[in-house]
Amino acid sequence: MATSEALLVEGLTVAFDGSVAVDAATFAVEEGASFGLVGESGSGKSTILRAIAGLVPDWSGRIEVMGHPLGRRRGAEFFRTVQMVFQDPYGSLHPRHTVDRTLSEPLLLHRFDRVEQRIEEALEQVGLGPSFRFRYPHQLSGGQRQRVAIARALMLEPRILLLDEPTSALDVSVQAEVLNLLDRLRVDRGLTYLLVSHNLAVVAHMCERIAVMQGGRIVETLRADAMRNLTPTNPYTRDLLVASQGYSAGEEE
Amino acid sequence: MTEELLRVEDLWVRFPTPSGKVVEAVRGVSFSLGRERLGIVGESGSGKSMTGRSILRLVRPPGQVQAKRIMFHDQDLLTLSERKMRQVRGNRISMVMQDPKFSLNPVMTVGRQIAEAYRLHTGASRREAKRATLEMLEAVQIRDPERVRDLYPHEVSGGMGQRIMIAMMLAPDPEILIADEPTSALDVTVQTSVLRIIDRLVKERGMGLIFISHDLNLVATFCDRILIMYAGRVVETCEASRLHEAKHPYTRGLLNALPRLDEPKAALEAMTRDPAWTEAPSVDGYL
Ligand SMILES: Nc1ncnc2c1ncn2[C@@H]1O[C@H](COP(=O)(O)OP(=O)(O)OP(=O)(O)O)[C@@H](O)[C@H]1O
Ligand SMILES: Nc1ncnc2c1ncn2[C@@H]1O[C@H](COP(=O)(O)OP(=O)(O)OP(=O)(O)O)[C@@H](O)[C@H]1O
Ligand SMILES: [Mg+2]
Ligand SMILES: [Mg+2]
Repeated sequence: MATSEALLVEGLTVAFDGSVAVDAATFAVEEGASFGLVGESGSGKSTILRAIAGLVPDWSGRIEVMGHPLGRRRGAEFFRTVQMVFQDPYGSLHPRHTVDRTLSEPLLLHRFDRVEQRIEEALEQVGLGPSFRFRYPHQLSGGQRQRVAIARALMLEPRILLLDEPTSALDVSVQAEVLNLLDRLRVDRGLTYLLVSHNLAVVAHMCERIAVMQGGRIVETLRADAMRNLTPTNPYTRDLLVASQGYSAGEEE
Repeated sequence: MTEELLRVEDLWVRFPTPSGKVVEAVRGVSFSLGRERLGIVGESGSGKSMTGRSILRLVRPPGQVQAKRIMFHDQDLLTLSERKMRQVRGNRISMVMQDPKFSLNPVMTVGRQIAEAYRLHTGASRREAKRATLEMLEAVQIRDPERVRDLYPHEVSGGMGQRIMIAMMLAPDPEILIADEPTSALDVTVQTSVLRIIDRLVKERGMGLIFISHDLNLVATFCDRILIMYAGRVVETCEASRLHEAKHPYTRGLLNALPRLDEPKAALEAMTRDPAWTEAPSVDGYL
């Protein structure tokens, strides 16, 4: 039954109290590829990732991971395959757990060996020195927390990473390091990414194909080079590209 | 020339740690703010948020804040009583925190939180506050404000949370707004509309803005002046429009690390940090 698609989403629809957050989203990501989701704030990007991760109770449509259709529940095996980095690094780290505990818990749960060594390596990979290991989240800056969240997602050596704004809390030099790390992992380990970002340059750098969302719908799927050449077909995509050039006080002045 | 609204002189923030070592988060930062848009950029962990929080005395213990003075008009904020400080905080000086959802009350609908903030500062009736709430949500480009008003913080998207926080902080019409990464979760078109609202307050009402951001391109096009922080110090200041001519190797490194839409690169440029940057004294950012 295996296909070369690591992730398949077909007609995914999510509603909250009758209001539709995701409306029949369809896309596929090949194994080893990186797929971007961009678009309007509130258009359903995080909801798609959360539905895949099993964090949305009610959805319809079809989701397949490595050729296996997903049901309602996600077992231990799923989390060995798929890990998510959340948009909000504050909410996603347990406030009373040290960095060490945050990183070791999944390893112990899934009976990994070399726990010590893996934690040290993971911290180093995201550019945090050993002095951060026994800190609590409130003792870290925003970007430092985000890096802990990324390190945690990598601990279980997943095949697929769902990355929700993984670098928006990082300064551009740390962003460069994290993006280079993600790129390297993708090449070395053949990882598959589904990446959400508001930064079009980041998405174009990381992804071959990109879906643009507005009001719960995917309005256009395009290749990164079409984005770079500023040749989208959808008017909303064009607006996004124009606005990404920087702030302009606008005509209404 | 330009009037100083705020003047921070020789600010230090220190955190004692259990091991006895003291983390110096901010190390002797000085700057002033006029009726302008002042950007603060810099490395993650370089003390940007702590600088913002110190002004409002919101650094939590065991953190220790020390400065020669933090003058707001002719008052030294460091010597105000906590009661007086509360009148300044969220009223004359507002701060949009880096994590908006974390600063919202999780068990109260977002509409009620905005309405209460509004009533507290205007003394408006409940009904009027309700109407104003819808207007404020609309102003920050929230689609469907009547639905969103009744949602709890965990039910709104990242970017909606940020806009709700901005709406709340602008409700009292503050003289100074400290905005810590206020638009990092917004798509670029919504970001532009929200920044235009803030921009108008600076231009028309003479509000002073401290804008903390990682987005160099945005700061360069939106702000008037920029402070660049590294390891708790200001390493360089410049006119925003001339950020691209910045000289300090750290700032150059930041500019080079940016992915660009118009220039694909195989790998992004990583920075080699020179220990000397940490030792150089802080540059002042007075007007
Ligand atoms: N638990 C929930 N209850 C009710 N509505 C929800 C819930 N979670 C999300 N929504 C709604 O679903 C819509 C999509 O939200 P989502 O977080 O997916 O947006 P997003 O595209 O990630 O936006 P952003 O870029 O701002 O993070 C929003 O209107 C939001 O209010
Ligand atoms: N309670 C604490 N104990 C020890 N160190 C702390 C504590 N709180 C903050 N720090 C440290 O203070 C430094 C400055 O933090 P601050 O939040 O100001 O950084 P920042 O410049 O805003 O970074 P970011 O861009 O990542 O948000 C960081 O290195 C952080 O680890
Ligand atoms: Mg989101
Ligand atoms: Mg910060």
